[in-house]
Amino acid sequence: MKALLQKLTETASPSGFEDKIRDLIRSEISAVTSSVKVDTLGNLIVTIGEKTVKGMRVMVAAHMDEIGLMVSHVEKNGLVRFTNIGAIFPRYLSGNRAIFLNGVTGCINNDRPDDLTKIQSIEKYFIDIGATSDKDCPVKIGDVAAIERGFVDLGKRVVSKSLDNRSSCAVLIETIQNIKNTPHELVFVFSAQEEVGVRGAQTAAYDIDADLGLAIDVTPTGDILGVKMQVSLGNGPAIKVRDQGMISDPRVVRWIEETARKNKIPYQMEVLEVGSTDARIMQVSKAGMFTGAVSIPCRYVHSPSEMVDMDDLNNTVKLLSALLSNPILLK
Amino acid sequence: MTLQPPKHFRIGKTQLTLLEELTNANGVSGNEKEVRELVRKQVAPHADEINVDAMGNMLVIKHAKKNNPLKLMMAAHMDEVGLMIVDEDSDGLYSFVVVGGIDERQLLSKTVNVGDDKIPGIIGSKPIHLAESDELHSIIPVQSMRIDIGPANKSKVKVGDYAAFATKFMHSGDSLFAKALDDRLGVAALIEILKIVPDHIEFLAAFTVQEEIGLRGARVAAYGFNPDLAIVIDSTPAFDLPRPDENENTQYNCRLDAGPAIYLSDAGTLSDPRLIRFLEKIAKENKIPYQFRQPGGGGTDAGAIHKTRSGIPSVSVSVPGRYAHTPIMLARVKDWENTIILLQKALETISPATLSAERA
Repeated sequence: MKALLQKLTETASPSGFEDKIRDLIRSEISAVTSSVKVDTLGNLIVTIGEKTVKGMRVMVAAHMDEIGLMVSHVEKNGLVRFTNIGAIFPRYLSGNRAIFLNGVTGCINNDRPDDLTKIQSIEKYFIDIGATSDKDCPVKIGDVAAIERGFVDLGKRVVSKSLDNRSSCAVLIETIQNIKNTPHELVFVFSAQEEVGVRGAQTAAYDIDADLGLAIDVTPTGDILGVKMQVSLGNGPAIKVRDQGMISDPRVVRWIEETARKNKIPYQMEVLEVGSTDARIMQVSKAGMFTGAVSIPCRYVHSPSEMVDMDDLNNTVKLLSALLSNPILLK
Repeated sequence: MTLQPPKHFRIGKTQLTLLEELTNANGVSGNEKEVRELVRKQVAPHADEINVDAMGNMLVIKHAKKNNPLKLMMAAHMDEVGLMIVDEDSDGLYSFVVVGGIDERQLLSKTVNVGDDKIPGIIGSKPIHLAESDELHSIIPVQSMRIDIGPANKSKVKVGDYAAFATKFMHSGDSLFAKALDDRLGVAALIEILKIVPDHIEFLAAFTVQEEIGLRGARVAAYGFNPDLAIVIDSTPAFDLPRPDENENTQYNCRLDAGPAIYLSDAGTLSDPRLIRFLEKIAKENKIPYQFRQPGGGGTDAGAIHKTRSGIPSVSVSVPGRYAHTPIMLARVKDWENTIILLQKALETISPATLSAERA
């Protein structure tokens, strides 16, 4: 799992430019199934099993995109101005490095601020890729970069950029490999453009028209200073009750909770005040579907160094495998 | 003697007269009928089908003349930002709200036309003779403004009436001055493009409503058309002015005289990279000036269209214009012309192969 997670996190694929991460995921699951397709917005859709009389059509989504940067202007002195793709926090930018999809790397810094106590807005930041002028600059307007940060193995826990949401991608890949029998038609969606507004999941959900939907994503934790939230790193997958964009179907919540208890998988309940997942758009697709979400606790979300606990990832695989291998009783 | 047909399309008197009619007409979001009727008259000789849907979008179809055509949707919004009367004070004074994104600092002392009868009015302001010095440095909120039409016309205006800026179209030298160039430039361009559509394209033209208040018309238009791909024509702000501190202007959005602005990314859409590359190639091959709009905020009908049904590959192209969403905008004839030429050339060569590779 760690080796897979390292490969996934070290692949640069911001929203709308998911081709590299999509190819990697496709190669990881190619041994298990050939029922794989890519849709208009670039979602990777993997189908396993057939819907039996005891089964449902289940959509399980984990977004594969990450936040990133897009060039807005190259200055005459060769400095590269950019805008954000998804929720980039300017406070994490200066001193970091950006890698463009064409391989060019640069360091990020900012204009000298008038007030050192304030964080400047994103147009005050630039990437210096070592060009001496706009004439010899190897990147141009529209080019896309991701934050460049290597994977660090701390043992039980790991640190990397884009653990949001490559940790869920790793979990979904292992779950797909893990499931031997299912009464359901399982449609796994490695979704595109979540970070810019759950766009991939919207069109995928329309196309799949599932009976039940689950989103797998990371959630912030409340075990660090200043955050009021009852989710802790290492305490197991978090069953989402509610976030800013969705109230989980209580029947789905009970089903997940009961399955975790029966299989002795540690779990915790999640109520998130700010942020949401693909599940919010799945729930209201077409005539609606039973919808819930399972979250992987993650510290320092949307920073270049996010942290997850490998036990949480492994327990999420166990939980999803149990959920998806048996008939679903909603009550 | 035979005249050689011009190599490329040129803006002439016909197009300028049409743009004048379109920009002088009022079409504040939700009340697009005056513009729609002008459009209907223009498209009727060239269309196979004309339908107005429940929202008020005008959906115009020009059928392909070949089998297995490419279903291409092209959209331009008919609506403009404006005002709506919310309450009646005495003596022909009315309070109002804005419809769409308007900077309230732009409103004072502007002339407007209220209601279907276009009753003239002014958004009054306090004369400098009477203003206290601190008032000169504060922003007057829209709640404190009134439209003054005079008492005689009181019976002709009621709560719920729309008001539009009263600016009249001007053409001077290489420039166009008018209200609502956002997006009547796009509407006029789409009318022009509809006149010559290659045989392999099932052309689905959507003259949309309610773009300025959240892309509401385009959403249902795209659902109804269910196209293979969509191109949106809009107008985007140019803020290509020198900075007072003489530093390089890095936040200009787009520039006048630099040609049609192709969208990379805005608040609502990451344009389909296959369509961006295709338009760039067409522009280069035909030596048509073009620019990329700086990625950032803002949005077009593409924001609703690309997420419709199972997803629709989409891109937007805008005519650059200064001073958008104010009572008067400024655009260049050449930028408008080159936008039309770019899209005409794109239609000639676009095919299913344009989208055969997976999206990036």
